[in-house]
Amino acid sequence: MGNLEIIEALNLEVIEGEFLVLLGPSGCGKSTLLHAIAGLIDVEDGEIEIAGQNVTWADPKDRSIGMVFQSYALYPTMTVERNMSFGLRISGTPRDEINRRVKRASEILHLQELLDRKPSQLSGGQRQRVAIGRALVREAAVFLFDEPLSNLDAKLRAELRRELKELHKQIKSTMLYVTHDQIEAMTLASRIAVMLDGHIQQIDTPSAIYSKPANVFVAGFLGSPSMNFVEGNLEVSAGIVRFSSPSLGVDVSAYPFAAAPVQGHRVILGFRPEHVQFFSDTTAVADLHVAKISLLEPMGSHMVIWLDHLGQRFSANASGVRDPVVDQAISFAIDTGRVSLFDVATQQRI
Amino acid sequence: MIATVSRKQRKRPSRLTPARVGTYVFLLSAAAFFLMPLYVMLVTSVKPMEEIRLGNIFALPIHGTLGPWISAWTSACTGLHCEGIRVGFWNSVRIVVPSTVLSIFIGALNGYALAFWRNRAAGWMFGILLLGAFVPYQIFIYPLVRTLASVSLFGSLPGIVLIHTIFGMPIMTLLFRNYYASIPLELFKAARIDGGGFMRIFVQLMLPMSVPIIIVAVIVQVTGIWNDFILGLVFAGRENLPMTVQLNNVINTTTGERLYNVNMAATVLTSLVPLFVYFVSGRWFVRGITAGAVKG
Repeated sequence: MGNLEIIEALNLEVIEGEFLVLLGPSGCGKSTLLHAIAGLIDVEDGEIEIAGQNVTWADPKDRSIGMVFQSYALYPTMTVERNMSFGLRISGTPRDEINRRVKRASEILHLQELLDRKPSQLSGGQRQRVAIGRALVREAAVFLFDEPLSNLDAKLRAELRRELKELHKQIKSTMLYVTHDQIEAMTLASRIAVMLDGHIQQIDTPSAIYSKPANVFVAGFLGSPSMNFVEGNLEVSAGIVRFSSPSLGVDVSAYPFAAAPVQGHRVILGFRPEHVQFFSDTTAVADLHVAKISLLEPMGSHMVIWLDHLGQRFSANASGVRDPVVDQAISFAIDTGRVSLFDVATQQRI
Repeated sequence: MIATVSRKQRKRPSRLTPARVGTYVFLLSAAAFFLMPLYVMLVTSVKPMEEIRLGNIFALPIHGTLGPWISAWTSACTGLHCEGIRVGFWNSVRIVVPSTVLSIFIGALNGYALAFWRNRAAGWMFGILLLGAFVPYQIFIYPLVRTLASVSLFGSLPGIVLIHTIFGMPIMTLLFRNYYASIPLELFKAARIDGGGFMRIFVQLMLPMSVPIIIVAVIVQVTGIWNDFILGLVFAGRENLPMTVQLNNVINTTTGERLYNVNMAATVLTSLVPLFVYFVSGRWFVRGITAGAVKG
């Protein structure tokens, strides 16, 4: 690996019993961070504490962690039972205790019938359950998950995601979970830490991260389709703050500015597809715009409309629109209470 | 219409094109060419000397006899002793078994350490080890003789076993390192978290997974060490000369007439072990080599 600096300076405190998800694009350092916590990568500088103990230089086995890997990493020559009990047998746990823990884990994960099988005789979902079981029997203080669902197909992924959430509800252990899948992050986490280039961009509850992203990257990374961005200026006059750009003008007086807005400030306006409202009558709505529908994406439960507005493309949720047709002109407005504003230069929320 | 088409396709058309005929002719003649010496050896070894003196080396024996085989095994003379090459056979077994086991174990350990316990110097060590495989080993003989003599291992069974273990190291390490490189690193990491140390992960996790490559290694080492001549001649000592050296002595010892039939029988006997290994495990050999290539 050489001396490539992947994570430069990072502070992260995980609260006991929480389900913290490290979310970020591939190569952002989230897996490196997890492996450093597990002790599989040596850190150049800094400290790692687990349950109040400095484990920076401790052996992986002495850190009170259980880990689940993306590729399951089951021992191919051992049965499910021996896979789960391997660590306990190494540490010299009494036979009764091993049996008790394996029994409990296999009950929680519905693996009772599979205990005598080899990993090659299991399906992907079963293998990952065994891998979780192997972490579970260690009765560790912290569970580390390294993209555990990425190798599964969509249906199984949703199923195991639910099971993981139930597992956390049941055993209430601290869990640290690495993923690049925003849906996994949103559904599982009690807090999400969004990472980019080795830095934590924002750490907060899923809903806070979704509704008040700290910067343009976080805003764009979460949500599908992702947030719409428009660059423009702030115009401040007589207590009214307006965002204006060649294509859009929006009254943002209600926006909770961190600092008083400045006239002419270059900003990026961000709004989510579901915060675009459509209107059939053109009366009595402020800042109504007319756009052409350029593309429709039916998602089953809802439909995504792609709007072409003065050369800009916006995505919108087509709730409240009856039978939209491509090339149809449609009036829309933006829910001004839920927009986000970012500084153009710093990309940070203002 | 559809039915007839599908019926036509059900049977694969047999095409005996001129190209295919040519291929078979070539293959058969090549096989015959390489099997000819073996045929001559086998027929000669079951002929009495009177028939051999006639000079028809391709002729089948008229009065077949197993006498030459028996005397090759039990009474052929190697120099001053006339106890047959069975002495050499058992010497070779005594050399091959420990050398094979040791070189494979250490090679696997080396490969495992190089593949998983990444060390800053690992690349260098591996490079130097491989370099050893490309240096003609005759160069090492004299220094090794002096070295072994100084620790009084020269001309002893442990000495020759040590020599074979050392010379097997580069290829064994390469074989196992490449095999272990195909095993996902996460497996090793999982075992580390489970508390496995260096030896435990090796013995309980990696070795059981290495069966295909161990079989390949056994084939390589058994045939290689069995067929060795010069190392055995130099290092084994008079009491432990391997079968190849004894065979050479049998053939070069002439008292009166040259016993071609006995020589042939002794030669076939000497090559039986590598032949047996290949016939029994050839299938595994291919499987083991491809297992590393196509993800383990």
